[in-house]
Amino acid sequence: MAEQAITGYKKWLEGIGEQGVFFKSFFRNIFRGGFEWSEFVRQCYEIGYRSMMLVGVTSFIMGLVLILQLRPSMLEMGAESILPKTLAVAFVREIGPVIIAIICAGKVASGIGAELGSMKVTEQIDAMEVSGANPLQYLVVTRIIATSLMIPLLTLIGDAIGLFGGFLALNFTDDVSFSLYFHKCIASLEFYDFFPALIKTVFFGFAIGFVGCYKGYNSNKGTESVGIAANSAVVTASLWIFVIDAVAVQITSLLFYR
Amino acid sequence: METETKHTEEVKRHDKNEVVVDIDHISKSFGTKQVLTDINLQLKRGENVVVLGKSGQGKSVTIQCIVGLLTPDKGKVTVFGDDVAEMNDEELKELRTKVGFLFQSGALYDSMTVRDNLEFPLTRILKITDQAELDKRVEEALDGVGLLDAIDKLPSDLSGGMRKRAGLARTMIVRPEIMLYDEPTTGLDPITSREISELILNMQKKYKTSSIIITHDMECAKITADRVVIMNEGTYIAEGSFDELKKSDDKLVRSFFNETT
Repeated sequence: MAEQAITGYKKWLEGIGEQGVFFKSFFRNIFRGGFEWSEFVRQCYEIGYRSMMLVGVTSFIMGLVLILQLRPSMLEMGAESILPKTLAVAFVREIGPVIIAIICAGKVASGIGAELGSMKVTEQIDAMEVSGANPLQYLVVTRIIATSLMIPLLTLIGDAIGLFGGFLALNFTDDVSFSLYFHKCIASLEFYDFFPALIKTVFFGFAIGFVGCYKGYNSNKGTESVGIAANSAVVTASLWIFVIDAVAVQITSLLFYR
Repeated sequence: METETKHTEEVKRHDKNEVVVDIDHISKSFGTKQVLTDINLQLKRGENVVVLGKSGQGKSVTIQCIVGLLTPDKGKVTVFGDDVAEMNDEELKELRTKVGFLFQSGALYDSMTVRDNLEFPLTRILKITDQAELDKRVEEALDGVGLLDAIDKLPSDLSGGMRKRAGLARTMIVRPEIMLYDEPTTGLDPITSREISELILNMQKKYKTSSIIITHDMECAKITADRVVIMNEGTYIAEGSFDELKKSDDKLVRSFFNETT
């Protein structure tokens, strides 16, 4: 029993070390020259554009449902008029970034993990390496930078759609004009509501790309390991999103809300 | 002085006794499993060496050590006189432009068409950017393996034999001096296997490459080999021409031939 625990602990430490080496390789390869622009653009399309529908629908429903859930309580307190403000602050600061990042962890991190894992199994990564090309530069750098840029972009779009969902929900029950609703939403948002939330989505995106690439690139050679890489990528990326969120909220609170 | 050096290099290039790959007493293990034990092998310029052996005998591990995908625990591998284990990233990259590796599955990049697969090494290794030149080279390479019709197809649309042909074209397109084939006919029907074996031989004649062919296919060995090395339980047990080994008195060698033919 104790031996198993020690072995598990050793493996965990080895994993941390390997991730450190992978992290270093990523940064070294960014500045090596010969950036793979075409693959980067393709990844932006795959990660950004192809996730837009999923992010849009989820954000719309979240905005709609939040208003429907909040309204009775707010009505009881006579605070119905601050519903747009409540939704805007909650959505832009926390709900939008975290929910969208979690959705993208499910879609993008698992996709990258499975893709690179299957490339490993079918010797495509080895083929790239022995051909003299740089697989880290082609496969890893492009994907991590693409996720780091696309997740903030998807969050911006998701926030807007979520607030629109909230407007429709409010419009079912109350007669609120589109311009008044959005004026209230925007007026209630300060720089410190918007900017730190956007910054943390860059880290969410980095975590999604990094974990997906690491799990896929270092998967074992076997078909089973493709599934394991995809699954492990989702779980680890989701966990990292919550950890980053907790740290980011602490930093934001210290800097802006004291 | 410069002319003299060039002349020496030229003489060396055509010296058929020049050893291009020297595997010197290498051993390799994974965990507690000993995969290679004291392996020696020399590949001369222009020669085709077939390494025969049953699956799981460490044949692929041997050629992976040549391109630095794996490092032996003991012994050393030198290619063109340079120790592979001592090479830095840039030297290894340089080496890999001279040594082509055809993987068992063909290892075509799934997300790219056959054309893009072939352009990949051209743009990254030879740094060719002119599209007309790229098209010319890709079409020529595909024509050489009889796959010109499949130029815009995805790997998923190709059969096993076509993938190996495309993989071979992608490897040969940068004109490597040494070719390493990892089980080139595995998983193919006898007719396609024969076609691939003949293609390997034709490529070797056309581009004057030196090759190590890892296989357990006797037909492939018969067609392609100048010299055959037989491997059993991680070590070499016999060496000679195909016909010599076939007539060998050694029980193990004979049993091997009987088992695999």
